[in-house]
Amino acid sequence: MTNQEIQHIIASWSDKLEFTEEESEFLNVIVPKEELYTICEQLKANTDLKFDYLFCLTGIDWGSALGVIYHLESTTFRHNIVVKVKISDRENPIVDTVSDIWLTAEFHEMEVFDFFGIKFNNHPNLKRLFLPAEWEGYPLRKDYVDEVNMVIK
Amino acid sequence: MSKDQIIKSNFKTEEYFINMGPQHPATHGVLRLILTIDGEIIRNIEPDLGYIHRSIEKMCERDSYQQIVHLTDRMDYLSSHINNEAVCLVVEKGLEIEVPERVKVIRTIIAELTRIASHCLWWGVMGMDVGALTTYFYAFRDREMINDIFEETCGARLTMNYNIPGGLMFDIHPNFVKRVKDFITHFKTKIPEYDRLLTGNVIFQKRTKGIGILTKEDAISFGASGPVARASGVSCDIRKIHSYSAYDQVNFNEVLFTEGDSLSRYKVRIQELWESLSIIEQLIDNIPEGDIKVQTKAVIKLPKGEFYQRVETARGELGVYVNSTGTKNPYRLKFRSPGFSNLSVLNKIAKGYKIGDLVAIMSTIDIVVPDIDR
Repeated sequence: MTNQEIQHIIASWSDKLEFTEEESEFLNVIVPKEELYTICEQLKANTDLKFDYLFCLTGIDWGSALGVIYHLESTTFRHNIVVKVKISDRENPIVDTVSDIWLTAEFHEMEVFDFFGIKFNNHPNLKRLFLPAEWEGYPLRKDYVDEVNMVIK
Repeated sequence: MSKDQIIKSNFKTEEYFINMGPQHPATHGVLRLILTIDGEIIRNIEPDLGYIHRSIEKMCERDSYQQIVHLTDRMDYLSSHINNEAVCLVVEKGLEIEVPERVKVIRTIIAELTRIASHCLWWGVMGMDVGALTTYFYAFRDREMINDIFEETCGARLTMNYNIPGGLMFDIHPNFVKRVKDFITHFKTKIPEYDRLLTGNVIFQKRTKGIGILTKEDAISFGASGPVARASGVSCDIRKIHSYSAYDQVNFNEVLFTEGDSLSRYKVRIQELWESLSIIEQLIDNIPEGDIKVQTKAVIKLPKGEFYQRVETARGELGVYVNSTGTKNPYRLKFRSPGFSNLSVLNKIAKGYKIGDLVAIMSTIDIVVPDIDR
């Protein structure tokens, strides 16, 4: 299925979605965080799309906002899509989990929580995955400073 | 009443925690598993990660693209060449460079040799995990030949750093073709020996057949890739689906099994040894003449945008996500490592089995801890 056809199907679900193909090899869809869960659910369930394989889940710090990027593929049709969600509240960033839609998200979301401090609603086991529980701050955020362990050029 | 039921009715058992690792030979590195067990039956497995986390992704944000290539060796050190290739391919994609045919073919040959070396090590250690010491020596004898080839051409045996963005660091050694051919002839007589020694062994079969079954749906949902997913019937070979380098010039089969148990994960890797040999055989006589690199600028700046490259390492799908703002460093770089996703299936498939089975299951998942911890 071409990107246009995919976009056509998804655009009918909500009018708050933004689509872009600029500066990326995939079709990108920016989803408001309130609608993330329902959109993701439909992306997997829709029989024409069947995005059943979440092959990458990335946390990102855009400066003004934090974000999560979901790379999806359909193992049946082999088409791809990138879902992005922006979270503007840096102090208490919360977004819904997708770990019951794609089980792999459970570990990946723990990693994002560990390094970006993004909390995932309804996550079964949200805690620091790599760092010790008492670690302060979130190292992959751009404003993170650790004068002892970081080499700043 | 069966023996188990009599014991159960007479003795009340309690669940308790036990640590497996971080210093345990069967965890293949510094991985700690917190096991909840009832007697010897596993009720829950919780991996505790991060013992060797180096935050490579953070380091990448201050490094140049040439430097990043060197860091990737230290993730899955058994697929170091393929990891390097992933970063080089994503940089070449960003710069819109087409590397010479010679580079593509050499990269593919060395990637397949890397895969064989990795599977050899896995096979040796797999045997040892289930109590067969001989396999270790057999596999290391053969792997040594590949490492010697690498040493001669790349200058290193394990962390090769042979790829650079735009091509290869130097040309292949004059002995390369001959030694690879010698290896193929040698190794073709050895895989049947591997089968005779371990695959058909009754004890080994009982330790692996029907144990740790991963269904196809779970494999996809957990994001499993590589031999782990292919043993469950998921077609996921990046070399076929999103072909890169010279994989579109060769014929090879994607090895698929449907049982999803430990034995089929084992069989996938043994079959892949044959497929890798076949790929190398098709290419080794036809290495095109030409340049070994496209000259890039000393300071590489990727254009603004997002780039993603997927490659098939010995463990599965490695993804590199680069978010560039047009400077000499990536704004954000993420490695989607195969080991991380493959490890997450462990709790699902090893529950209800005994600790001895867990060791065999972990071995067939083929965990490399630096790949998980990054």
